[in-house]
Amino acid sequence: MAKKLPPVDVVLVGFGWTGAIMAQELTEAGLQVLALERGGWRDTPTHFPTTVAPDELRFYWRHEMFQDTARETLTFRNNDSQTALPMRRWGSFLPGSGVGGSGVHWNGQTFRFLPSDFVAASHNTDRYGPLPEGMTVQDYGVTYDELETHFDRFEKLCGIGGKAGNLRGALQAGGNPFEGRRSDDYPNPPMEMTFAQKQFGMAARELGLNPFPAPSANMSRPYTNPLGVQLAPCTYCGFCEKYGCGNYSKAIPQTTILPVLMGKHNFTLKTHNEVLEITRDSSGRRATGVTHVDVHGEVFEQPAEIVILCAYPLQNARLMMLSGIGRTYDPRSGEGLVGKNYCYQVVSSVDVFYEDRYTNQFVGAGALGMVIDEYNGDNFDHAGLGFIGGGYLACWTTNARPIETHRTPEGTPEWGAGWKKAVKENFLKSTGVSTHGASMAYAQNRLDLDPTYTDVYGRPLLRMTYDFTPNDRAMTAYLTERATEIAKRMGGREIKVNAREGAYDSMPYQTTHNTGGTIMGSTPANSVVNRYLQSWDVPNLFVMGAGVFPQNAGYNPTGTVAALTYWAAEAIKSRYLPDPGPMVRA
Amino acid sequence: MRKSASFLVAGSALLGAVEAARANDFAAVERGRYLTQAGNCQGCHTPAGEEPFAGSRPLETPFGVIYTPNITFDTETGLGRWTKDDFWRAMHEGKAKDGSQLYPAFPYPHFTKMPREDVDAIYAYLATLEPVRKKRPENELPFPLNWRFTVKGWNMTFFEPGVFRPDPEKSQAWNRGAYLVEGPGHCSGCHTEKNLLGADKKGRHLAGGRLENWSAPDIRAGRHGGLEKWSEEEIVEFLRTGRNAHSAAFSIMSEVISYSTQHMAEADLKAIATYLKDLTGEERAAPRKPADAVMTAGAAIYLDNCTACHVSDGSGVPRFFPPLAGSGKVNNPDPTTVIRVLLEGARAVPTKTHPSPLTMPAFGWKLDDDEIAAVATYVRSSWGNSGGAVEADEVRKLRGLLAEGPP
Ligand SMILES: Cc1cc2nc3c(=O)[nH]c(=O)nc-3n(C[C@H](O)[C@H](O)[C@H](O)COP(=O)(O)OP(=O)(O)OC[C@H]3O[C@@H](n4cnc5c(N)ncnc54)[C@H](O)[C@@H]3O)c2cc1C
Repeated sequence: MAKKLPPVDVVLVGFGWTGAIMAQELTEAGLQVLALERGGWRDTPTHFPTTVAPDELRFYWRHEMFQDTARETLTFRNNDSQTALPMRRWGSFLPGSGVGGSGVHWNGQTFRFLPSDFVAASHNTDRYGPLPEGMTVQDYGVTYDELETHFDRFEKLCGIGGKAGNLRGALQAGGNPFEGRRSDDYPNPPMEMTFAQKQFGMAARELGLNPFPAPSANMSRPYTNPLGVQLAPCTYCGFCEKYGCGNYSKAIPQTTILPVLMGKHNFTLKTHNEVLEITRDSSGRRATGVTHVDVHGEVFEQPAEIVILCAYPLQNARLMMLSGIGRTYDPRSGEGLVGKNYCYQVVSSVDVFYEDRYTNQFVGAGALGMVIDEYNGDNFDHAGLGFIGGGYLACWTTNARPIETHRTPEGTPEWGAGWKKAVKENFLKSTGVSTHGASMAYAQNRLDLDPTYTDVYGRPLLRMTYDFTPNDRAMTAYLTERATEIAKRMGGREIKVNAREGAYDSMPYQTTHNTGGTIMGSTPANSVVNRYLQSWDVPNLFVMGAGVFPQNAGYNPTGTVAALTYWAAEAIKSRYLPDPGPMVRA
Repeated sequence: MRKSASFLVAGSALLGAVEAARANDFAAVERGRYLTQAGNCQGCHTPAGEEPFAGSRPLETPFGVIYTPNITFDTETGLGRWTKDDFWRAMHEGKAKDGSQLYPAFPYPHFTKMPREDVDAIYAYLATLEPVRKKRPENELPFPLNWRFTVKGWNMTFFEPGVFRPDPEKSQAWNRGAYLVEGPGHCSGCHTEKNLLGADKKGRHLAGGRLENWSAPDIRAGRHGGLEKWSEEEIVEFLRTGRNAHSAAFSIMSEVISYSTQHMAEADLKAIATYLKDLTGEERAAPRKPADAVMTAGAAIYLDNCTACHVSDGSGVPRFFPPLAGSGKVNNPDPTTVIRVLLEGARAVPTKTHPSPLTMPAFGWKLDDDEIAAVATYVRSSWGNSGGAVEADEVRKLRGLLAEGPP
């Protein structure tokens, strides 16, 4: 028998980026908020101080920050003809565990989606005609304009450094001319650029493109956010992605919200407590709370008035399935919605090698880069191209790490003395142009529960069925060609094209931008949650995170994930609390 | 009708009197609360994470360990049976209810400067706190100090009871500042060097002290004082927010700021600044120049380990990571704090205005005694600093003391 605990107003499942934002917003509204986090407590000086932060073995190769696959992982297959097998070691993406979630070891590239991304289905149909067979792209049900102030709040919370391209409708030289209208500039200036970005900028301008500095959550100067929390200037040490920042220079929940939140009397955090299930009353229409298990295996029943899933898209979808809320999507019948429209990110790159110019890539930061947006979203005419959507092209200098980094030219042997020589010769003299492409939803890509493999508690693992789609392949080929054009003009000795071809491979790292599975939309017939991220089936259940994206855009997700979280929090405070119940009538 | 009307009038007059008395009470309690904060009573009377004011925090004195008493009004273990007069005698004369002498770890030599109405107000405030039953452990004092009457002799030599008397030559702000610093604030408890008997050393008033393996800096802010470079505004900022352009508070001062000064009225903080700005120090002889080899090693260690926050020229990131160039703590002739911060790290005090507990990591596990000494020497002898060299032996000794741990 599970021990029943005293009720709370709100229980948050997971305490990463979305959990921290929600907790801060709802405690401000006076609610009693409890966050349950499966991993441990983490803070900068204890867990990733400068003295240990850049430890490649510990943090990357031994995965100290990531979900423990020995306890729980997911199974993977490319398509229905295969049998999914458990991912026993993370590769393509790296879900976090512990306070701050993946928000601790993210890079900090903090974009806003384009206005047209939120209406991908209607916009593209209007312009290019019906979507191809099997493509299940749909509108978000919320618009860029509705989210604008929420984007702005997140940028100010994080101290994003960048250059506005569209300030209240007026185009700004040096910014992204394609971005949606902004109510305000970024709170901080862009980061300092290195030689590589200068070469990229020059090449892009020669081609008539508009390079702009990437919006960065790595601080370009000392910053105190609206909550009074302090972020220190980035030292360009190059240990952002896959690492915690020892210098308080990367916006993470710990450096933006937690110092204020943790002191509040109406907030409680329980670490090392994994949520097992969302419980419901006999009508099935009302969540009564959650059950969770501590490290000793003791199970608790936590009653709550509101349940909010903040457990990252993959876990959010799995918890819905394990709790039997909504029907799991079945591509054969087309019925069910939970697990539908799983999407990812389609990336490729072109390396540039210099003969006698030093790029010194070890002087880097997670979001240090120059970007062009001419080939993103619907910023260009797709007529005759055979795909919709696109992506940004960028020259990043995120890092060069002693173990991980080994860019080598075409024709280099894969190992041995020749490989070592090439690594040595090129370590300080290379850079690249990367493409960061959208991922459009197709009927066969999805998440469901694995029929065979279970987690440490004997519950089915999540199963991922995913491969690149015809749209993805045409898009990435196009983007890679554009990247090649730029790379060729960057003044290097030679280039090497790393196109994204063949089946999706779950091992090489690509991005931790898993989206879909709990998608949002306009009716209960096309979505799991409504435009306020409220479950259609269980109105006191809310689902945060990129799982609500009906399909993924050509940007990193977190700016939009955070804006949606603020948007949902606002709706809970101003509409749901005064009148609890469905905020959109079906 | 008339009758009842007049009755009503009388009734409300009566009510008014009661209310006024209550309001008076309220004013006294509020005043008491303010003074209790100004004196940071909570600091010593609360072990970390335990019930506020219920005592039992071990105070490490050079003579042994003294446990602070419970000052909630519990009848068995606290002040429950104390009268206002008992409390006044403790604060003013250093005598317990039973007439026995209190140890001067309780800063009655400072509290004696407080007038009766201030002391009564503190009593009124403490009486409003939820009483906590908590007995304190026996003090760990060696013979003959465990004989409380030895304190009598101490008192005859070092203690003069008497309420603060303003200096008519000085401004009102100066006098208020002097009262707060010397009276309730008892700053010299940490910031004045003690003689062998634990009393303030003559002529060293607020010129820096040493306690619990920390060196408290010189806080005189006039010419040649440790805080000479701090403006009045910067002193106020430090006490209000825990940070300013020169420094950040940590360790014991962080308690003072979080329980006490951050809650104080702006005018009182200004008054403290006015007073400190009027305290002058004395010129210091330049220390011996450290060996070149040590400076070279120190510079290399500094570059690898410290520049990310403190910047290669020691300028730091003001209000985030304290500058080392010109720092009072770094230039303190007593290097204890510098060595200790290198060994253990330090956490800037989170305050209402600056909630971030920005923290320097420990280097004790990463750098050996020679390396710590070299980098400390480098920092104390660069960018205009003149703190002087640190020897590996000093590092080794401090490591030993810290390894013994708190009592
Ligand atoms: C290496 C890396 C680099 C990235 N770089 C970028 C970038 O540059 N730009 C960008 O926009 N995005 C980036 N991201 C993505 C970004 O980190 C995520 O979008 C963001 O953290 C998502 O927030 P979330 O709250 O949904 O999930 P998370 O922040 O991951 O938080 C989820 C939390 O829920 C907890 N949890 C899960 N299941 C349970 C359960 N059953 N019970 C209790 N707790 C549970 C987890 O332990 C975790 O702490 C990156 C991610 C990674 C891993």
